[in-house]
Amino acid sequence: MIQIIVFALISIVGFGVFGYNIWKVRNNILLGRDIDRKGNSSERWKTMFLVAFGQQKMFSRPIPALLHLALYVAFVITQIELIEIIIDGLSGQHRFFYFALGGFYTFMISFIEVLSLLALIATIIFLARRNLLKLPRFTMKELVGWPTKDANLILIMEIVLVTCIFTMNTTDEVLFRIGGSHVEHANGSFGFIISNFIADLLMPMFADGYPTSTLELMERIGWWGHIAMVFAFLNYLPYSKHFHILLAFPNTYFSNLEKKGKFTNMESVTNEVKLMLDPSADPYAAPADPNATPLRFGAKDVQDLTWKNLLDAYTCTECGRCTSSCPANQTGKLLSPRKIMMDTRDRLVEVGENVRQHGKDYDDGKSLFSYVSEEEVWACTSCNACVDECPVNIDPLSIIIDLRRYLVMEESKIPTELTGMLTNIENNGAPWQFSPSDRLNWAKED
Amino acid sequence: MSLNVPTMAEMMANGETPDVLFWVGCAGSFDDRAKKITKALVKILNHCNVKFAVLGTEESCTGDPAKRAGNEFTFQMQAMMNIQVLNGYEVKKIVTACPHCFNTLKNEYPELGGNYEVVHHTQLIQDLINTGKLALEGKQTYKGKKITFHDPCYLGRANDVYEAPRSLIEKLDAELVEMKRCKTKGLCCGAGGAQMFKEAEKGNKEINIERTEDALETQAGIIATGCPFCNTMMTDGVKNFNKEEEIKVLDVAELIANAAEL
Repeated sequence: MIQIIVFALISIVGFGVFGYNIWKVRNNILLGRDIDRKGNSSERWKTMFLVAFGQQKMFSRPIPALLHLALYVAFVITQIELIEIIIDGLSGQHRFFYFALGGFYTFMISFIEVLSLLALIATIIFLARRNLLKLPRFTMKELVGWPTKDANLILIMEIVLVTCIFTMNTTDEVLFRIGGSHVEHANGSFGFIISNFIADLLMPMFADGYPTSTLELMERIGWWGHIAMVFAFLNYLPYSKHFHILLAFPNTYFSNLEKKGKFTNMESVTNEVKLMLDPSADPYAAPADPNATPLRFGAKDVQDLTWKNLLDAYTCTECGRCTSSCPANQTGKLLSPRKIMMDTRDRLVEVGENVRQHGKDYDDGKSLFSYVSEEEVWACTSCNACVDECPVNIDPLSIIIDLRRYLVMEESKIPTELTGMLTNIENNGAPWQFSPSDRLNWAKED
Repeated sequence: MSLNVPTMAEMMANGETPDVLFWVGCAGSFDDRAKKITKALVKILNHCNVKFAVLGTEESCTGDPAKRAGNEFTFQMQAMMNIQVLNGYEVKKIVTACPHCFNTLKNEYPELGGNYEVVHHTQLIQDLINTGKLALEGKQTYKGKKITFHDPCYLGRANDVYEAPRSLIEKLDAELVEMKRCKTKGLCCGAGGAQMFKEAEKGNKEINIERTEDALETQAGIIATGCPFCNTMMTDGVKNFNKEEEIKVLDVAELIANAAEL
């Protein structure tokens, strides 16, 4: 009975705190400007199915893709076992599905065990890749400190989780064989493929009247450890890059379905340009919507970005594929698309806290430019390599362009050569200093 | 052979309507290297009797570099003025040899009132070959030559056009060799996003050098492009390695025009 109460309490706190954190994240994301990502739901579901569920874009790098797939499938399938743990925990039963599912149960848990083993191998390889191989994209300066710890912590937590699963299943198997399992009226073997194998190796130890109390204790440690890790993980997600395991799904659903080359046309600008070009326009006419707040041109801070940009920031798992494909980064420039996403998230968390503590209009004297330098913003060639590369359809480019728009249109901060280019376009209709009347001269030249 | 380049105004005056408007672009109009690409395309259009026209002095920058540089005002001013001209002539179809113009006209003008069918010149030429208007059979100019194609970002990733330029190279009976980074994974030449008009930020290498190395690795004698800016960047890259004698940087339109002996 006490176990049930403790379990129920842990579950309420675990889910409750998670719910609160999700609510905070949702509010933070909704600080962003609106953008329409609703229409064409069949295309959206398809994109989510292929890119998030099917991990389509991971497979441009096959070996990490397979390792990641092992972890991902193990994560998804283990949820079935989690449901059983929750039912058992709340009802005081043991292995509820054992009787409910019969032979399929053995297959299912065996399948989970195989995937867990593969996941364990993948996790160890991933740890080695980060800490021994030191791949360049995992040792860049934006990952120094917390991001690196975050990455290692996730992998270590996964090892603990898998260890708990095997401890639980193996000890339960041994107990089952010597007739001491919590499963009532049963003896023989569970027959789970991997724990059965480990139990075979361990059986000689328990051959002659070994006290079952130690086994029971270990089984309970595995069981409680498993559920404790699940809740720990769940509540760690909103603070971690690992949030992608949940947000990859909505983030791909709300993907940009337009051609990548199409940049948004700023509506506020369109209205002004139309007024300027329309000789019959009345400049003193009342604006269409008198309550409309004038939008800032471009983005100075996270609130000027769209909610999708902000969802992107929370979804980023800092894999660095964007940065490793970025031509500016490859040639030693300061720009790293991954850093843009990390900066956006860090700033958003900070702004979100400010809003909760001091209200919506609080100014802490900082902006996104406290994190992203102008030098980074101007190094981008807008080539879309980062956008194409992202396995969860994050778009760092649209943030970079909005930061440029702010610098140029609000602050008139622009590299000098570009001022010349813009003046030329405005005066001669070409980025270079040629007379528009010479535009067709090529047709007469030899 | 002198070029026949009718303007929209002339056509209108004669009561004619062209099938397609050739949007020459600023590079194609003013840059000495890009003008050769423009002329190569006109030779092809003339040879195939395509009824086309240019805007001539009525054409103005699409506003692409202004938009990528963050100046939306200048972009939309240019766009609105161009749309007025294009709609005034009731233009339906546009061809351009510049992927930046292509992208802007195709994707960013519709919301501002400019709706046209926009094709890249490699797509138009592919069409001319497919419909039998342009024949390259038995042409020896590039037979067996190694040619690599550099994907312009605004044609490839930005608009998913990868096959048209490649199919043209194959029509030359040449050997198309791909760089290790190509198509969706193609590396930028370094000119996009208004970088063409400014010095690069501090780094340890120029992007066009990095990209030229990819091209040199293929051992190709010709680097084909489909963008006047990529052409400049790759030409400079080849010069940097003192290889301009052995390796030519040519637009796909030039390859076709040369092969067809126009």
